[in-house]
Amino acid sequence: MADVTNHVDKNGANPVAAPHERPVYFRGGGFRTEPRRFVGLAVFAILLIIWEVGSRTGVISELVLPAPSQAFAAFMELVNSGNLQKHVGASLQRLTIGFSAGSLLGLVVGTAIGLSSYARAGLSPLVSAIFPIPKIALLPLFIIWFGIGEGSKVATILFGCFFPTVIATYGGIDSVDRTLIRMGQSFGLSRWEIVRKIVLPAALPAILSGMRISASIAIILLVAAEMIGAEYGIGAYVLLAGNLMSTDQLIAGVAILSMLGLIVSWLITRAEKAFLGWRN
Amino acid sequence: MDLRVDGLSHWYSDLEVLRDINLTIPQGQIVCVIGPSGCGKSTLLRLLGGLEQPTQGQVTQVGEPPVGSLNPLTYVFQDFALLPWRSVEDNVSLVLERHNLSKAEKEDRISDVLTRTRLSDFRKAVPKQLSGGMKQRVAIARALSVNPAVLLMDEPLSALDSQTRELLMDDLIDLWTREQFTSCYITHNLAEAVRLGHKVVVLSRRPGVVREVVDIDIPLANRRMSDPRIAEIQQDLWDMMREEAQTADLELAP
Repeated sequence: MADVTNHVDKNGANPVAAPHERPVYFRGGGFRTEPRRFVGLAVFAILLIIWEVGSRTGVISELVLPAPSQAFAAFMELVNSGNLQKHVGASLQRLTIGFSAGSLLGLVVGTAIGLSSYARAGLSPLVSAIFPIPKIALLPLFIIWFGIGEGSKVATILFGCFFPTVIATYGGIDSVDRTLIRMGQSFGLSRWEIVRKIVLPAALPAILSGMRISASIAIILLVAAEMIGAEYGIGAYVLLAGNLMSTDQLIAGVAILSMLGLIVSWLITRAEKAFLGWRN
Repeated sequence: MDLRVDGLSHWYSDLEVLRDINLTIPQGQIVCVIGPSGCGKSTLLRLLGGLEQPTQGQVTQVGEPPVGSLNPLTYVFQDFALLPWRSVEDNVSLVLERHNLSKAEKEDRISDVLTRTRLSDFRKAVPKQLSGGMKQRVAIARALSVNPAVLLMDEPLSALDSQTRELLMDDLIDLWTREQFTSCYITHNLAEAVRLGHKVVVLSRRPGVVREVVDIDIPLANRRMSDPRIAEIQQDLWDMMREEAQTADLELAP
C-alpha cells in the first residue's frame, strides 16, 4: 500500500512503518447442509407436546381437534378390537398388487419407449395426454368396468403408479451414457444383453426415484379408492370416522397412513442402498 | 490380420467429414492417426470397427484373426466406458459372458489379462475406487481378454493427467514389445504419436484427407524423448499440422 508510511499509531506519536495486517475472514462454505440427528424427532415431539397441552387446557377445542392421547386411545381400541389387522391387511393387499403391477407394466412400457423409435413416437404422446388426468376422476369409470369390489381399487392404484414409472424409466434410459451402449455394441453384445446388463442398471437410479413418487401416489389413491364401497381398509376406516364425527379415530387413521408412507419410503431407501451402492 | 481402408468417404447429411481415405494397418504394427480437432479422426475409427457405416468405400479385413479371437476388432475408448456398478473382474467378464466359455476358461482369460495389465490385486475394486490410469488399464485388459486382431484406440490417454499418460505409454510400449499387437491409435498428441507409432498418418482439417504418412523406423522400446531423431520427426509433424490446426480453430462448429 502506498500510504503505509503515513500511518500513525494509536498514541498519535511515532509514525508506523509496518504494513497494516488483518486476517482473511471466512466467507462461507457454499451453503452446505450437514446432518443433524434427532432434530427432526425433537420438532415432532415438541409439536405433539404443544398440541397435547393445548387440548388439556382447553385452548384447542375437543370438537376441532382431539388430543394426541385421545387419538392414541382410539388407535389402541382399534388394536384391541382386532380390526387393525383387517383394515391394514386389506389396504396392504390392494397397495401391493396395484403398486407392483403398475410399476412392472410401467417399467416394460417405459423401456419400450426408451429403446424403440416406434414405441416412442406412438406411445409417448399418449402417456403425456393421460398422465395429468387425476385418476380419482376415473374411479367411477373403473367401478363400472371392474366392479365395485377389489378390481376397481387395484386398477386405480395400478393406473396411478403406471405413468410416473413410465416417465421415470424412459427419462432414465435417455440419460444413459451412450458410450457405454456403444462399448457393448463394439464387443458384439446382443441387444437383449445390452438392455439387461447396461441400459437398465444405468437407468436404475431414475427408476427408483420414480418409484418413490409412484409409491406416494399409490397411498393417496388407495385412500380415495377405499372411500367407495369398501368394508375394510384404512380409507374406509377414516371415512367412517369422519361420518361419525369421531375425530380421534380419524386422526388415528391418518397417523396410520403417515406411518405407511414412512415405511414405504424407508423400504425404497433400503433398495437404493442395496442396488446403488456403487454410486458412493 | 491386416485392416485395409479403400476409398473411404463419409458425410454427416451434407457435411463432408472424410474424403477418399486409403490406408493399411499391417499386422503387428501400431498406426497412429493425428489431425486437428474435428478432422474426422474419431469418425474414421468408428468406421474401421463397424460402429458406423461409411457413405462410400469400404474397410476390409485381410487374413484370418488369431485363433481364439472372440472379437477381432476391439475398441479402447477415451473415457474408458467401464460399467460403474461392476467390479474390475466383472467389467472384463461382461464381454466374455455371451461366448459360452467354460467357467475355467473364462477365469483363465480374466486372470491372464489382469496379470498382463498388473491389476491382479484390484480384481474386486469398483471403477470409482480406481485412478484414471488404472481405469484405462482395466479397459485395456477388457479389450485384451477377447484376444483381438486389431485394437482400435480412440485417444486412450486424453482423459489422463500428464504423469499418468507417461506411465501408461510405457505400459503400452512394454505390452507391444511382448506381444506385437496390431493397433490403430487415434490421438491429437504428437508426442504420443512419435512414441507409439510405427506409422503416423496425418489427416488434414475437415473434410479429412490423408496429408502424409510418416514411417518411423526406430524400435518402440528405444525411443527416448531426448532422441534428436524423435524430436525432429515431431517437429516435422507439427509443421505439417500447425497451419491446419490454426485454420480449423477458426471454423464454426457445424
